[in-house]
Amino acid sequence: MNSQQQQQTNQGVARTVRRTLVALLLMVGFTLALIPLYDVFCEVTGLNGKTADTAQVVGGQAVDTSRRIEVQFVTRTSPGLPWHLEAEKKTVWVHPGEVTLAHFTFSNTGSERNSGRAVPSISPSEGARHFRKMECFCFQKQWLDAGEQSEMPLVFQVDPGLPQSVNKLTLAYTLYPQGQVTGGTYEYK
Amino acid sequence: MVSETLAHGSEHSQPRGILRWLLTTNHKEIGTLYLLLSLLMFFVGGTMALIVRAELFQPGMTFVVPEFFNQMTTMHGLIMVFGAIMPAFVGLANWLIPVQIGAPDMALPRLNNFSFWLLPVAFTILLSTLFMEGGGPNFGWTFYAPLSTTYAPPSTSFFILGMHLAGISSILGAINIIATILNLRTPKMRLMDMPLFVWTWLITAFLLIAVMPVLAGVITMMLLDINFGTSFFNAAGGGDPVLFQHLFWFFGHPEVYIMILPAFGIISAIVPTFARKRLFGYASMVYATASIALLSFVVWAHHMFTVGLPLTAQLFFMYSTMLIAVPTGVKVFNWIATLFRGSISFELPMLFALAFIVQFTIGGLSGVMLAIAPADFQYHDTYFVVAHFHYVLVPGAVFAILAAAYYWLPKWTGVYPNVKLGLAHFWLSVIGVNLTFFPMHFSGLAGMPRRIPDYALQFADFNVLSSIGGFLFGMSQLLFVAVVILCARKKGEKAPAQAWEGAEGLEWQLPSPAPLHTFDTPPEFIPERDSPSRH
Repeated sequence: MNSQQQQQTNQGVARTVRRTLVALLLMVGFTLALIPLYDVFCEVTGLNGKTADTAQVVGGQAVDTSRRIEVQFVTRTSPGLPWHLEAEKKTVWVHPGEVTLAHFTFSNTGSERNSGRAVPSISPSEGARHFRKMECFCFQKQWLDAGEQSEMPLVFQVDPGLPQSVNKLTLAYTLYPQGQVTGGTYEYK
Repeated sequence: MVSETLAHGSEHSQPRGILRWLLTTNHKEIGTLYLLLSLLMFFVGGTMALIVRAELFQPGMTFVVPEFFNQMTTMHGLIMVFGAIMPAFVGLANWLIPVQIGAPDMALPRLNNFSFWLLPVAFTILLSTLFMEGGGPNFGWTFYAPLSTTYAPPSTSFFILGMHLAGISSILGAINIIATILNLRTPKMRLMDMPLFVWTWLITAFLLIAVMPVLAGVITMMLLDINFGTSFFNAAGGGDPVLFQHLFWFFGHPEVYIMILPAFGIISAIVPTFARKRLFGYASMVYATASIALLSFVVWAHHMFTVGLPLTAQLFFMYSTMLIAVPTGVKVFNWIATLFRGSISFELPMLFALAFIVQFTIGGLSGVMLAIAPADFQYHDTYFVVAHFHYVLVPGAVFAILAAAYYWLPKWTGVYPNVKLGLAHFWLSVIGVNLTFFPMHFSGLAGMPRRIPDYALQFADFNVLSSIGGFLFGMSQLLFVAVVILCARKKGEKAPAQAWEGAEGLEWQLPSPAPLHTFDTPPEFIPERDSPSRH
């Protein structure tokens, strides 16, 4: 190889490396973009069962008495918060369009005052966008003193647009400690 | 000419001993280093597999504590994927790509040295976690959050650091390979004249560039979640653990093809040599490889059928996954068509290559079974999955690497591998590997869950067979070490330049063993379509 060819090869290598690095940076950008894109995608489709986190107005639709929907309430706590959440009724039957009130009791079984928040999730996820909450304790965090009990309301409506294939909705509330998001209390010996 | 004088100058002032290997920029020496490291890691990961098989030999807690069992299954997977199979293919690329395209070295020799030496550091860090408080990674090689974040042992940050280093090494290696293939081919060698091993590696390198940043991103998010209070994968803080699985498998599925595409290239080199025929359907092989690579980006969620995907998504990922069977089928068809009416002889590389074709196809077919979304609800996380991916990785990728070693050892060392030892190695490996993994299909279909140190009594017979097979396969790999040592010490039949009668390609123009510096001037290359033997 003469020096001119060598120079050409070197330029070619430099060009290829530059282009590969650009592709690499694009993929890094794509990875970072995937995180907000995933949230937007889930919000639009309701695929991860997350419901709206602010109050919605009552839909003006007529009550569809031809359908009855079973709404189940499930509650669970997460590590790091000595709280207990209980639904007054585990199951209610509602007609689509009907505005319903349900009561939940929060109790702090721990020995100090702390704050937590109940995060809702609907399954099947097809129902997430059709479950409208007018009032919910899940919109803000709660404070409870040690040993305190507090009753909270949930006002909701099942949208008549709920797909015909769905006749049972499960609303799961998970209690999370507030202010401490990493919740890791797992101990290693 | 500056660089050539430098290259020759360095030959005289070459450092000796350990510094020679630390500072080498020669593609053959770096290739050898990669291959030796991967052989070492193969035995480290293999030992972990044997600990797992020893525990599973009988039901009950018999040999190790469950915490250690979890670390062994996890580390076995990580070491085999990132420490054994990937570096082995990079080592083969280093050795073979320059000599197959008539280049004097890789395009970026110093970067090449850096890529390699990152790996021993990465795996030292990874293995050191086993001796830390709380133990090493115990969450499976797929390190799903929150197992790998909230509930992970404290050593997880070291695991992340090790993975980052291995990932940087892969990215730099891929850049180097792309730059070499696109710029350093001998004059007249067009892209469609390149040997298939070079083609498959070019496509693999692009896959690495595309998905390694995703892996780096996902482990960085884990690091932030663990140490800096973010909540990418933590539902309590508004994150989503399922996001982890999407990101991981967006990397993970192309990664699977990173571990098999170069194997396709190796088999496409060996089968024509010993069938004494041109490869059937060269162009379709190239297009099939490219199609597999492209499809690998749209199938990731077939690993996640059971996380609660909507029906349309399950159908999409089911069909796109099955579509991959088409280009893969084209490849198997082409190999068989190459064998058809060939003058076949059964030298050691050919035995491994033929075993690859049969066994890889078994793994491919169980893959089609797993692609069926409704059936996958039954197979998910059972030993059927373990059987499937081991069939494509061990009798598949590992056999292809062994075939490559037997095929090119005469070129690397100048002597043929010992046939008696090689035959014993081949037959014991075939028997051992099938005895290990074939019964797992049945225990899996019967419902035995993976990654659990104990199992119900009805799986006992299958597990006895698997464990015996595992030890047979593991021990017989020592024969391969013996073969390599004999070759390295030049004990055996001397090989001529054209070590295999029917072999084609520029590397066979070089003397055996290939000298340290080759093709300082680009060799004369006659493209196959202009070759006199064709008219």
